Amino acid sequence: MSAPSPVQTTQLLGRGKREGRIFQVLCWMSTWSSVAILLILLIGVAYQARGWLDWEFLTSFDSRRFPDKAGILAGLWGSAWTILFTILFSVPIGIASALYLEEFARDGWLKRTIQINIANLAGVPSIVFGMLGLTAFVYMFGLFGAQGTFQVNQLSFLGLTIPLPLGRCVVAAALTLTLMILPVIIVASQEALRAVPPSLRHASLALGATKWQTVSRQVLPAATPGIATGVILAVSRAVGEAAPLILVGATTFVLYAPGNIAAPSDIVENPQGLLEAPFDSFTVMPIQIFNWAQQSKPEYRQHVAAAGIVVLLAVLLLLNAVAIIIRYRSQKRLNY
Amino acid sequence: MNAARAPHDDANGGLTRRFTLSRAREQVIQFALLLCALVSIVTTVGIIFALVSESVVEMSGSGKAFFQEVSAVEFFTETEWSPNFAGAQQHFGILPLLVGTFMVAGVAAMFGLPIGILSAVYLSEYASPRVRSIIKPVLELLAGVPSVVYGYFALIFITPYVLEPIFEDVFGMEVEVFNVLSAGIVVGIMTLPTVCSMSEDALRAVPRSLREAGYALGSTKFDVSVKVVLPAAISGIVASFLLAVSRAVGETMAVAMAAGNTPSTAVSLLKGHQTMTGFIAQMSMGETPQGTIEYKSLYAVGLSLFVITLVMNIVSQQVMRRFREVYQ
Repeated sequence: MSAPSPVQTTQLLGRGKREGRIFQVLCWMSTWSSVAILLILLIGVAYQARGWLDWEFLTSFDSRRFPDKAGILAGLWGSAWTILFTILFSVPIGIASALYLEEFARDGWLKRTIQINIANLAGVPSIVFGMLGLTAFVYMFGLFGAQGTFQVNQLSFLGLTIPLPLGRCVVAAALTLTLMILPVIIVASQEALRAVPPSLRHASLALGATKWQTVSRQVLPAATPGIATGVILAVSRAVGEAAPLILVGATTFVLYAPGNIAAPSDIVENPQGLLEAPFDSFTVMPIQIFNWAQQSKPEYRQHVAAAGIVVLLAVLLLLNAVAIIIRYRSQKRLNY
Repeated sequence: MNAARAPHDDANGGLTRRFTLSRAREQVIQFALLLCALVSIVTTVGIIFALVSESVVEMSGSGKAFFQEVSAVEFFTETEWSPNFAGAQQHFGILPLLVGTFMVAGVAAMFGLPIGILSAVYLSEYASPRVRSIIKPVLELLAGVPSVVYGYFALIFITPYVLEPIFEDVFGMEVEVFNVLSAGIVVGIMTLPTVCSMSEDALRAVPRSLREAGYALGSTKFDVSVKVVLPAAISGIVASFLLAVSRAVGETMAVAMAAGNTPSTAVSLLKGHQTMTGFIAQMSMGETPQGTIEYKSLYAVGLSLFVITLVMNIVSQQVMRRFREVYQ
């Protein structure tokens, strides 16, 4: 093979340089396009929502006929109740699972099976969890009621009446969302536990603490900031999720808040509502937005939906801000 | 590795195990934790039971299962999907829904993958730490935006302000209000963060020595990035591709809002098409009575969706595992 002449070499180098330049510009454009998309999306939604998002929007229920009277109050309370119960169910189970897998389980088939199972559950589409929720919580496998195995309609104790089967209610939705976000919480908590140095455990055990004392008093507090961050991210996913809730029965048009508690003062006036709310029918913010975006009137489709989106995004941003603050503060305090 | 094992766990040399209250408490707590960990297994069993009991085998006493009334042959070969019609007009062929689903996923892949992979190359090979510190949170935000918001974005912005000016005004083609292209584009945007961060991880896992060897042979940065680093990370990138397509197949709200409700086997990007998830969402909005064949068709479609995404996820994990073995 003959060596290329100096002229050819310069040409080759020049071409290589040009190729490199073009490629770099392409990469640069792709990278910044995501920033552009996010900006267009946020500015566009805010533009459509301006003039429609006011105090009245936050404090009134939906309206079928008058777009300027429609509000997101039912969705706000519905989301609040659903998320409250989702947190109550998912956080203890999620952290306990992570503790078992990281601190107690021996390496063996059981741990491996659970681990693989969690990885696969994380990839199951959210709507499939909705179908599980419909069968397992709303209808409870048809075990109760008229033709069911158990002829019971409800369970009451301490003034609390639990309908059987649960039906389309807040708790059924919260249980469904719990199963959906559990894999996220478990994986995040496991990572946080893994980040706690073994020396901490060794020190505690060497001082005569039992396994559980070590885990509950040393490891868990040290891992709390990491776990909290993961939990908040998982919960914000549940806040924005609508697909499984369509199946579990969040209604699109609702003119009341669960338990008829539509303002904080109602809790004082109507304490019984607190016991009724978990088993009341409901709607959530994403479902209301979905409903508005499908209306034929352009005011609903464009503006009311946009106002709802701004409220939803504001809630999500608030949650994420809390996660960032926790991460920041823990970085300052704990240093291994 | 499971660090720090309590001393009594493997204490058998000389130490006798005594029954104490605290030791019993430890056992009870450990058992309770195990029960919580088993919730995830129960969830999987529950999903499979719920889907199979309504679609394949009759289990919950609500009459015949879906495939006992509609033959599997009809389900997979019939080219019409019309569960809401009565009598002879009622057809259960999943093909139209599959066509819709994979058209949306295909558009999403064509839109999200190149941008995601090029971004990953930029972030891992070219970008300064400052640029990374801006882009990373932006990608996290994009991933955190709820899917209804993307559905709204497709309906209110992409179709009227992007697709209509291009296709109607320039090419004179009709763009329907609900169309596959707008749904595919937003689903592509939704999968972009996954593709980008997974591909970037794969690219960064390529050892430095490989790049340095490339430079030592006189290659340019472009040559090293495209001909050395990208091929070395290809399995990670393929895994991210599979995961992204599986996400796109399972994506519901944005698709239900933007892609329309017309089941059809015609391949047309500017028309509305119903997808599997779109059908489930639309059908369950209408309060279908439990026990009817329409209700059970939900579970048959759900089972198909579950199997498709599960297979793609497992293949993706396998590809990922192979890529890990190369350099560790």
